[in-house]
Amino acid sequence: MDQLIFASEVMLNGLMTGVMYALVALGFVLIFKASGVFNYAQGVLALFAALTLVGIQNGQVPFAHLINAAFGTSLHHFGWTVPSILAVALTALVMVGLAFLIEKLVLQHLVGQEPIILFMATIGLAYFLEGLGDVMWGADIKTLDVGLPQGISESIESVTDSWFGYGYFIDRLDIWATVIAALLVAALVAFAQYTKQGRAMRAVADDHQAALSVGISLRFIWVMVWSIAGFVALVAGIMWGTKSGVQFSLSLIALKALPVLMLGGFTSIPGAIVGGLIIGVGEKLFEFAIGPMVGGATENWFAYVLALLFLVFRPQGLFGERIIERV
Amino acid sequence: MLYREAGDFKTSYRDDSQTFPIKLERWGYYAVVALAFAVVPFVINDYWASAVLVPFLIYAIAAIGLNILTGYAGQVSLGTGGFMAVGAYSVYKLMTAFPDVSLLIHVVLAGIITAIVGVLFGLPSLRIKGFYLAVATLAAQFFLVWLFNKVPWFYNYSASGQITAPTRTFMGEAISGPAASAPAKYLVCLSFAFLVAWMARNLTRGSIGRKWMAIRDMDIAAEIIGVNPLRAKLSAFAVSSFFIGMAGALLFAVYLGAAEVGEAFGINKSFLVLFMIIIGGLGSIFGSFAGAAFLVLLPVLLKNLLVGNLGWPTDLAAHIELMIVGALIVTFLIVEPHGLARLWSLTKEKLRLWPFPH
Repeated sequence: MDQLIFASEVMLNGLMTGVMYALVALGFVLIFKASGVFNYAQGVLALFAALTLVGIQNGQVPFAHLINAAFGTSLHHFGWTVPSILAVALTALVMVGLAFLIEKLVLQHLVGQEPIILFMATIGLAYFLEGLGDVMWGADIKTLDVGLPQGISESIESVTDSWFGYGYFIDRLDIWATVIAALLVAALVAFAQYTKQGRAMRAVADDHQAALSVGISLRFIWVMVWSIAGFVALVAGIMWGTKSGVQFSLSLIALKALPVLMLGGFTSIPGAIVGGLIIGVGEKLFEFAIGPMVGGATENWFAYVLALLFLVFRPQGLFGERIIERV
Repeated sequence: MLYREAGDFKTSYRDDSQTFPIKLERWGYYAVVALAFAVVPFVINDYWASAVLVPFLIYAIAAIGLNILTGYAGQVSLGTGGFMAVGAYSVYKLMTAFPDVSLLIHVVLAGIITAIVGVLFGLPSLRIKGFYLAVATLAAQFFLVWLFNKVPWFYNYSASGQITAPTRTFMGEAISGPAASAPAKYLVCLSFAFLVAWMARNLTRGSIGRKWMAIRDMDIAAEIIGVNPLRAKLSAFAVSSFFIGMAGALLFAVYLGAAEVGEAFGINKSFLVLFMIIIGGLGSIFGSFAGAAFLVLLPVLLKNLLVGNLGWPTDLAAHIELMIVGALIVTFLIVEPHGLARLWSLTKEKLRLWPFPH
């Protein structure tokens, strides 16, 4: 019985982690749906957003390290701090600018190329942004605090204690992340379903040529989609950054989001959510049940192997569109 | 009028379909090989061997391996680092278990073991295609690295979890371990690179290579004209992993000497080799060499320029290098998706018409 309750707590935590994975996977799905680009840089976008946010908050001088090395100065901070809300807004603006630049400098020139070429271009983009983030804001580990509650939620612990005789440990940040992710998904679905721009986005996803012929600006839609993905990356960056600090390993969450995508299917927003939950719960339970027997740290690969096995039976993922091939 | 077919009469089909059909090019190739084997070993020093030539040759082998899978057979793989780790750990276990057998044989055996592992992870490719496969190969990458980290048998229960290459000799000369000299290391790697390139070139222009390319261009259509996708895909995985495994074995035994799996064979290595074949040219043996040379030289040059000449801190130089590599990848994909190899063949086309291009 104890084991069972403990397992259920592990599962609950897994669900919360799954939501965080889904948050990153969501950015992938958005871009993939609207432009057919499999955007490997999504994780680095989250890192870049988090770095920029911390940098703006603390009033860091961008490129300080580079300027110091080149001109022998010793700049580091402007000496002011920016309130969280304003900093988030500014960062969102930066992400929109970045989306514009990416469309202008990269995607525009790669229209009509094979998907795999586009994928590799986003790997290049990921490297570039990673370097840029480090050069702009420095590579040291930073703490991010935008006023989200952290720590163990005592109320849940006491309530569950009185119900089951066992207090569940749940991080308050995880609860907030879940709520925010749910709101974000609802907003995105509503946006895609009920607004003019959202409909245009779905039209582009369906067929580039047909969308162009009814007067939809492909470039505008792409900038918009990448901006939204940048915004989702910002949210993911805030969540993960608050949880584990802003550092290089943040960009590796993209690697965690990949199996989520495979499981859910590249084209489905609900798929990203369900895939995230399955992976989150699966890897936590596996680590809990099997991990100690094989030396632990199974989280590194379990998600991939699960997705791999899954794909062998359903090559397009849970909710992906059926792949039809013609000669 | 040096670079012309004119006057070079082919009297057999064999002559007609050789790799270098133009006389000047053929002689140029012989000259390069002779130079690499007979002159460079006498002038090479430690810096050039360890910073440039040995890593270049080893990565060229890995790039050829990945190019066979990705460039010729069209199966994108992000598991190169994991397969190199299989090669490295196989050669380590073989070296320590059978110390009397030559290292060169061990390297080939390590390649064969990697080929078996590669086929195993290649099996899903029959069902999974495109991006889904690329992500599925990441399963190999992460699982293998975790395996070598967590099972002590693989690193002979050493306390640090590292593997260290013992000294092994070939014809009285140390070729691995701390005593190995620069020319010896260089020659071992050069011989392997030469053989691998020769094998790869002949495989890819034969019937099996044509099958790979048919699968790459469209696997369903290939199936209809009688290419067995099971055999074509798995043979591509096997040959590719064989080369990549040997590259991993050489990287560990000859070049690094000691390795820790997560650091030496992590996901970054997979991307590095992938970048090499993108920049060099997908589906080209020459491109594999060109890409490897480019990405081995670039950090050395940048480091010399930024740290040596301008006196910038090394971490900054490393970050700028990341930016430059990323920007180069994107630029290459935009300007010339077929890479350096394509630029080279365009130059050759121009040269054949020169000086009368019309």
